[in-house]
Amino acid sequence: MNSIKKHDLATLGACAVLFAIVQTLLFADFIGPFWELNIILILINVILSVSLNLINGYTGQFSIGHAGFLAVGAYTGAIVTVKLGLPFELALVVGTLCSALLGFLIGLPTLRLNGDYLAIATLGLGEIIRICILNIEYVGGASGLMGIPRFTTFAWAFWITVFIIFVIKNFKNSAPGRCCLAIRENEIAAETMGIDTTKYKVMAFTIGAGFAGTAGVLFAHYFYIAHPASFTFMRSFDILTMVVLGGLGSMTGAITGAVLLTAISAVLAEYPEWRMVIYSLTLIVLMINRPQGLFGSKELSLKMFRLGGSDNGRATESK
Amino acid sequence: MEELLKVNDVSMIFGGLRAVSNFTMEINKGELVGLIGPNGAGKTTAFNMLTGVYDPSEGEITFEGKRVNGKKPYQVTAMGMARTFQNIRLFSELSVIDNVKIAYNMHIQYSLAEAVCRFGRYFDEEEAVTKKAIELLKIFKLDRYKDEMAKNLPYGEQRRLEIARALATEPKLLLLDEPAAGMNPQETHELMEMIRWIRKEFDLSVLLIEHDMSLVMGVCERIYVLEYGFCIANGLPDEIKHNKRVIEAYLGEEVS
Amino acid sequence: MDMGSFAQQFAQQLINGISLGSIYALIALGYTMIYGIIKLINFAHGDIYMLGAYMGFVATTMLGLSFVPALIFAMVAAGIAGIIIERVAYRPMRNAPRIAILITAIGVSFFLEYGMILIATPQPRTFPAIFEATVYNFYGLIVNSQQVLILVISLVLMAGLTYIVNHTKVGKAMRAVSFDADAARLMGIDIDRIISMTFALGSSLAAAAGVLVGVYYNSIDPLMGMMPGLKAFIAAVLGGIGIIPGAMLGGVIMGIVEAMVSGFFSSTFRDAASFVILILILLYRPSGILGKNIKEKV
Repeated sequence: MNSIKKHDLATLGACAVLFAIVQTLLFADFIGPFWELNIILILINVILSVSLNLINGYTGQFSIGHAGFLAVGAYTGAIVTVKLGLPFELALVVGTLCSALLGFLIGLPTLRLNGDYLAIATLGLGEIIRICILNIEYVGGASGLMGIPRFTTFAWAFWITVFIIFVIKNFKNSAPGRCCLAIRENEIAAETMGIDTTKYKVMAFTIGAGFAGTAGVLFAHYFYIAHPASFTFMRSFDILTMVVLGGLGSMTGAITGAVLLTAISAVLAEYPEWRMVIYSLTLIVLMINRPQGLFGSKELSLKMFRLGGSDNGRATESK
Repeated sequence: MEELLKVNDVSMIFGGLRAVSNFTMEINKGELVGLIGPNGAGKTTAFNMLTGVYDPSEGEITFEGKRVNGKKPYQVTAMGMARTFQNIRLFSELSVIDNVKIAYNMHIQYSLAEAVCRFGRYFDEEEAVTKKAIELLKIFKLDRYKDEMAKNLPYGEQRRLEIARALATEPKLLLLDEPAAGMNPQETHELMEMIRWIRKEFDLSVLLIEHDMSLVMGVCERIYVLEYGFCIANGLPDEIKHNKRVIEAYLGEEVS
Repeated sequence: MDMGSFAQQFAQQLINGISLGSIYALIALGYTMIYGIIKLINFAHGDIYMLGAYMGFVATTMLGLSFVPALIFAMVAAGIAGIIIERVAYRPMRNAPRIAILITAIGVSFFLEYGMILIATPQPRTFPAIFEATVYNFYGLIVNSQQVLILVISLVLMAGLTYIVNHTKVGKAMRAVSFDADAARLMGIDIDRIISMTFALGSSLAAAAGVLVGVYYNSIDPLMGMMPGLKAFIAAVLGGIGIIPGAMLGGVIMGIVEAMVSGFFSSTFRDAASFVILILILLYRPSGILGKNIKEKV
């Protein structure tokens, strides 16, 4: 069997073991609702972080409006279950597709901007989405959409997260993924090497947005309510911090950043202002001293978790 | 001789500045042509127009009879023109072999779904691309660096990699922008040999910008000379060498 | 709505818009100057405006100063704050990748906002009434004397800035650095000092805007800088980022558009209108109204 397939199966096996352990702990009530909440929150943040990393880290585009896609997924998924009474599985699909579609429509015109301008545009678009939601009575306007059934379980969240990580990992190690990396490295050279940079930027953006939407559906169906205040620029900033702390361009980094910062958030839940002050100071100090974050753009390769997925069968650092 | 590239009365105007004026040039299949001129003459601007980075303000460029004006760089590359850059533009944080694999992207057929789910053509095409990339690197004696990050390579090797990468796009016309920059005479001589060899081995035509006269005179069959955006001379190396106007342009009026 | 009342509403909103626009212009000037000199979008600039408002509050309540001294106090304090921020957070990042600097700026912004919440509580504070407002009625149009004050002070400050930039040595140095920092350095200009000065000037203008807003709207809070900051930035881009008259023009346009949208449509979409303008500008004329399109040399 192909060495790549072997890696993937081994990783899946390890995930299954991890899942079994946590699920048993939950079933047996060894760990209670507080833990379940935070574990699911971690998984949702991992999805957000990893999907933003696809756009910012792998493709080098500066998108800081990710909360907007989270919102679209949450609301459209909730409409499917609450307003239309359709199953959760459909909500997941619809939420993902709607966010992806929005990402595509937004990406097409804005991705020809670069650097700072793209950042501001995505920030603006994230805000426009939130303001629009605020003004739509059908989804509850300023009070939010309530009464969303809790369909998200640990199992759903876990396996969807694993699936998304695999999709993005495989994307990165394929031709379209390499094109995205090339665009990040040197956009002009990439164009000259025959790469339609707009196509791949939009592709990465769409996929990233879509998965943020998936996270949104999971989020809405755990916390019973979708409220505009959950999707502000601060949320986008939180996700960005996770990716940057972990290291732009590193999947391991994105996952680590999400886990760490969700944990810190949980600890500091009582003191939101202190949390923000600590976050911002951490970010400033980090940017000045180690802008590449914890992992830079490298992946961690442990014996069991071959997250990098090297094509040559080498188990050490891949890109 | 079969005409490959035709540049017809082309100009590039930036605001008030005419970077290139009324430039006309032909390149035939299999030729090795040089583009020289003092700094600021407009040579790289001309390259940029040929490769779609700039859209010419006036005039027309055709390649194999098809119009190039207004096409985007990746479309021009698909037509068969590839280039290297004056300041090396490698994908620095990526490995040497990835730099080359990316250039083979145009020939990859498998879909996004096949890529992500890893079925169908994915494994076969990946293997084929890897093999081709290693072959190419072997030719340029870069295969031992294949997993090394491009930015870690010594300068000369980086320049060779740029050329190898351009060749991976399987072009009909290769544009080299100052390939000998920063090279010592020994390396320049090797480069000359390599350019001649590439032309034969890959059955292509070459247009190069260069300042090093030994390289230009030694390798080019025909030469165009630019000064302040105008073409002031074109012809065989011997003619150019003794052309008064050219000598003036490089060395100033008093010398001639 | 008939012609007569439409015209009246239009004129009224125009007046409100010019007043609001002057505020945006003052803040936008700081954005544009800082971007012009170090190509940084200073996300924290809106929070300097907030800082200025609080400084003004401190000056009038705790120090008992009257309007003009309080204004000067706030401007100087904010100028110093701007210099400190540049020194501590931005100077070490001079050669860092763009994304890192932008993230630092966002970090500074949140730090100022939530730091202020911790220091001053999130409760809005009321500015003392140091300027009695007289309301003039002009053929049915309402003009508040404070609006006139805002306009006058803004014009004075903008004229002052224009004078400094165009007719002093420091101003010439600032323009030189924004054109080509390396060349300026070779000409003997102390880049660090000039950049500090730019931050000081930009920050003091934003602070002035903060004090004026405190006087006019009477209420200040730690998060007051977010939206105006963003809108002022959009104004700077609209006029042409890096171009000083552009910031003034952009500010006034943004203010008038916002007043019109508020008056004729709904105030909830007021903020969205600003972002829509941003998107349109970035898509169709990213160099702004007064800006020039510069091609990148390959």
